[in-house]
Amino acid sequence: MEFAELIKTPRVDNVVLHRPFYPAVEGTLCLTGHHLILSSRQDNTEELWLLHSNIDAIDKRFVGPLGTIIIKCKDFRIIQLDIPGMEECLNIASSIEALSTLDSITLMYPFFYRPMFEVIEDGWHSFLPEQEFELYSSATSEWRLSYVNKEFAVCPSYPPIVIVPKSIDDEALRKVATFRHGGRFPVLSYYHKKNGMVIMRSGQPLTGTNGRRCKEDEKLINATLRAGKRGYIIDTRSLNVAQQARAKGGGFEQEAHYPQWRRIHKSIERYHILQESLIKLVEACNDQTHNMDRWLSKLEASNWLTHIKEILTTACLAAQCIDREGASILIHGTEGTDSTLQVTSLAQIILEPRSRTIRGFEALIEREWLQAGHPFQQRCAQSAYCNSKQKWESPVFLLFLDCVWQILRQFPCSFEFNENFLIMLFEHAYASQFGTFLGNNESERCKLKLQQKTMSLWSWVNRPSELSKFTNPLFEANNLVIWPSVAPQSLQLWEDSTNK
Amino acid sequence: MEHIRTTKVEQVKLLDRFSTSNKSLTGTLYLTATHLLFIDSHQKETWILHHHIALVEKLALTTSGCPLVIQCKNFRIVHFIVPRERDCHDIYNSLLQLSKQAKYEDLYAFSYNPKQNDSERLRGWQLIDLAEEYKRMGVPNSNWQLSDANREYKICETYPRELYVPRIASKPIIVGSSKFRSKGRFPVLSYYHEHKEAAICRCSQPLSGFSARCLEDEHLLQAISKANPVNRYMYVMDTRPKLNAMANRAAGKGYENEDNYSNIRFQFVGIENIHVMRSSLQKLLEVNGTKGLSVSDFYSGLESSGWLRHIKAVMDAAIFLAKAITVESASVLVHCSDGWDRTSQVCSLGSLLLDSYYRTIKGFMVLIEKDWISFGHKFSERCGHLDGDPKEVSPVFTQFLECVWHLTEQFPQAFEFNEAFLLQIHEHIHSCQFGNFLGNCQKEREELKFWRNMYHQFDRTLHPRQSVFNIITNMNEQNKQLEKDIKDLESKIKQCKNKPTDGILTKELIHSVHPESPTLKTSLCFKEQTLLPVNHALRTIEGSNPADNRYSEYAEEFSKSEPGVVSLEYGVARMTC
Repeated sequence: MEFAELIKTPRVDNVVLHRPFYPAVEGTLCLTGHHLILSSRQDNTEELWLLHSNIDAIDKRFVGPLGTIIIKCKDFRIIQLDIPGMEECLNIASSIEALSTLDSITLMYPFFYRPMFEVIEDGWHSFLPEQEFELYSSATSEWRLSYVNKEFAVCPSYPPIVIVPKSIDDEALRKVATFRHGGRFPVLSYYHKKNGMVIMRSGQPLTGTNGRRCKEDEKLINATLRAGKRGYIIDTRSLNVAQQARAKGGGFEQEAHYPQWRRIHKSIERYHILQESLIKLVEACNDQTHNMDRWLSKLEASNWLTHIKEILTTACLAAQCIDREGASILIHGTEGTDSTLQVTSLAQIILEPRSRTIRGFEALIEREWLQAGHPFQQRCAQSAYCNSKQKWESPVFLLFLDCVWQILRQFPCSFEFNENFLIMLFEHAYASQFGTFLGNNESERCKLKLQQKTMSLWSWVNRPSELSKFTNPLFEANNLVIWPSVAPQSLQLWEDSTNK
Repeated sequence: MEHIRTTKVEQVKLLDRFSTSNKSLTGTLYLTATHLLFIDSHQKETWILHHHIALVEKLALTTSGCPLVIQCKNFRIVHFIVPRERDCHDIYNSLLQLSKQAKYEDLYAFSYNPKQNDSERLRGWQLIDLAEEYKRMGVPNSNWQLSDANREYKICETYPRELYVPRIASKPIIVGSSKFRSKGRFPVLSYYHEHKEAAICRCSQPLSGFSARCLEDEHLLQAISKANPVNRYMYVMDTRPKLNAMANRAAGKGYENEDNYSNIRFQFVGIENIHVMRSSLQKLLEVNGTKGLSVSDFYSGLESSGWLRHIKAVMDAAIFLAKAITVESASVLVHCSDGWDRTSQVCSLGSLLLDSYYRTIKGFMVLIEKDWISFGHKFSERCGHLDGDPKEVSPVFTQFLECVWHLTEQFPQAFEFNEAFLLQIHEHIHSCQFGNFLGNCQKEREELKFWRNMYHQFDRTLHPRQSVFNIITNMNEQNKQLEKDIKDLESKIKQCKNKPTDGILTKELIHSVHPESPTLKTSLCFKEQTLLPVNHALRTIEGSNPADNRYSEYAEEFSKSEPGVVSLEYGVARMTC
């Protein structure tokens, strides 16, 4: 398919651009296969380059011959274009609509993007599982790398290489995989060097209504416990939801079969509930007319901060089990690709000083989100403005970044990166010239040959000129565990992410 | 001392205010003539000044002892459990007496009230010279002069001696106008904007009733508008809601009739009165002190208290005032009922927006001195210094501080002082009530902020754990140290150069310096190492103990049942609730 077929009017003159907080700009509008460009064609003026994939929704309005297109972006920006001529306006609108909703991933911009900078370090090879494992192997010999998922046959959403207990062989892993949702058998997420306790994550066990059990699964989990030690299983669903899951073949670990483990249920909301929360939040932020009281009730009704609190509380609980109770934990929800990852990654931010550095945080995103199979393609397909509500769309990753921001605000000197870094990650997760966040898991990324055909976000970010924008000047490395406050009075709205 | 019967009680428990499982610290409670002191088993001391106590309550006896709840004016709330009821009763009675008996002379330290005369007060008095301040604004000048009408406090008791009025306003006009104004508070200058030649004036409401008028008062307002050569019309801002102002007419008071005054533009602003503010704050306090508060309860409580709406109303009024002066160069006359609460808020905030001087530490003190103390804001009654009418207590000044805090949040670089300074002032005015949240009122967007450090100053678990301020101060010190080192090294270099050296030696010197990178690096490393311990000392991270936090309570449940056989049913039930 040629992009040219979709572009009915490639160029319109005398278009006026309105953006909040900026003066209006008059210039020429151009449409290319991937960008909407507006340039005033004067020196020293900034040009607007907007990726079509960043467009969430558009509205058209006509007043006489003057057409207006309001573009709502996935990063919550709203811009307005005044286009003279009804036909041009309609053409532009339909072209944008077509170009911003392309079906095929391989038509996305990352496959066409050619970097203008010299690649110093290829980001695709910056955070290899083997290197990450080396960090642990000096401290412990109880774990090993397993290549059982090499062909993505055992678990389609896992990476080819995972870390598992040394005493468990690949054959046992294959059996455990049949007992866990999506084949997501328990793997190592984090090793706490201070006391050797670990965070593991998995999918829910497929106990079903008749209480199926799997000896290998029990053996695997118990293999992570030291002699005489107990562990905690944190289920990110309420007990009710977990019980209901049994009817669909899922379920939770029975105490009788896992006597050394105690189960804790902490409810973290999923999918459409989070998506609706985001929609309400953005709506409240964009409403300029309301007075203080309506703003507060709208903020409250969005429940956004309640979700933040739930997630942070669970992460703090997990961190506390590890650091204070000296107990290992296993975390899962249903699939183990959303709330599970929020909790495991936030717990690491709290516990591990390395994950508060720029490189460490990148490694965390790579390990706990990309490799761990968070379905970015599905979750970030649309944002707060889109009307076509698909049930798999959900701001799970944005909530995680917001939680990190809350901690960063409470500990402004403990993070090497600043708020801009988090905002940058949010923007690139939704629309990017880089291939990093494409695809739903490693298996899909492999098939798309992203490493060969696209550029990694990390190749760009980790250049000194870019890094300087994301560095926190107040950073002072400290080796402490940081315990954030989760009281409602301590949480704030992350304005810079929602108010553009 | 005659009120103190028991000076020391042992085995007293201090409850965690927010803990749902009644966590507590055990320690000893001491009662002194000025303070209540609690020392816990970690030797941590909690000092409570008797004057700070707003409310003491003895709750119903429990199995563990007699609970005693103390609410302070600086928003600290402590909950003790005293093992024996008799001790509790003694302390309760003593505190009731000690917290309420205070006379002016007894009040502690740094209050800005000029009627006091302890040494710090005097120093503050000498530090701030209001005549100097008016000179700084550029008055007296050709349009404004100093009036001696109130030299002996004859015309208005609640005004200062020295007042600035338009040059063309004669004494009979002033006297006549003051008789037409509530409490004799006639229109006088509060702030003069030299560049725009516009003035902020303040007064109380006119005694207009339904139809009364006063020619002198009309003349005085005319004189104020004439004193502004740029703009002939002036704004009259009534900071009350219109309904309140109309109700006042029935009592023979009211507001200016636009028909009687030439060249005025009349405007209501709608800031609620002190009683509304008091109950609003009270509601917030209740929300704020709730155990196990959920996010949605927090926000609905915040909204129903209306506190943020009130803050926004004050800020909006100040913005209106500042815009009238800077954009239209028009003079503004501000009043409310008596002209000492809302008027002080609006005048002082407006001046703060207009004049960067008031955003310095000294300037802020001058501002408080001028618009609050000298113009008779009733600190003692509003802050409940003495055992007086509880209906006169209101967080008017607290609101002003909050508004300023908002501005410091929005314009962090525009202020010389920081949050700690505001808190310190609040501490010292013995403010009376509590629990505020903040919202903000910049035109383009509304953001919500809760001034956590004000209302949870003593709840360490809710605090930001790292202070940027400390780090920056620390960095500044390091910088100074480094600069000093550079100077030392430079002087050493000079000394070395001055030394008589023969050719070979200099060559060696150059040689030893030349492979510069390694030596430089090692010296840098050394520097870092020496600096590190300093950082460690300052790098105390509050709350690095998770037991401080709410989420710890689950774990606490575990640890209790940990050693024995774990009862699983109990665990599950606990986790699902």
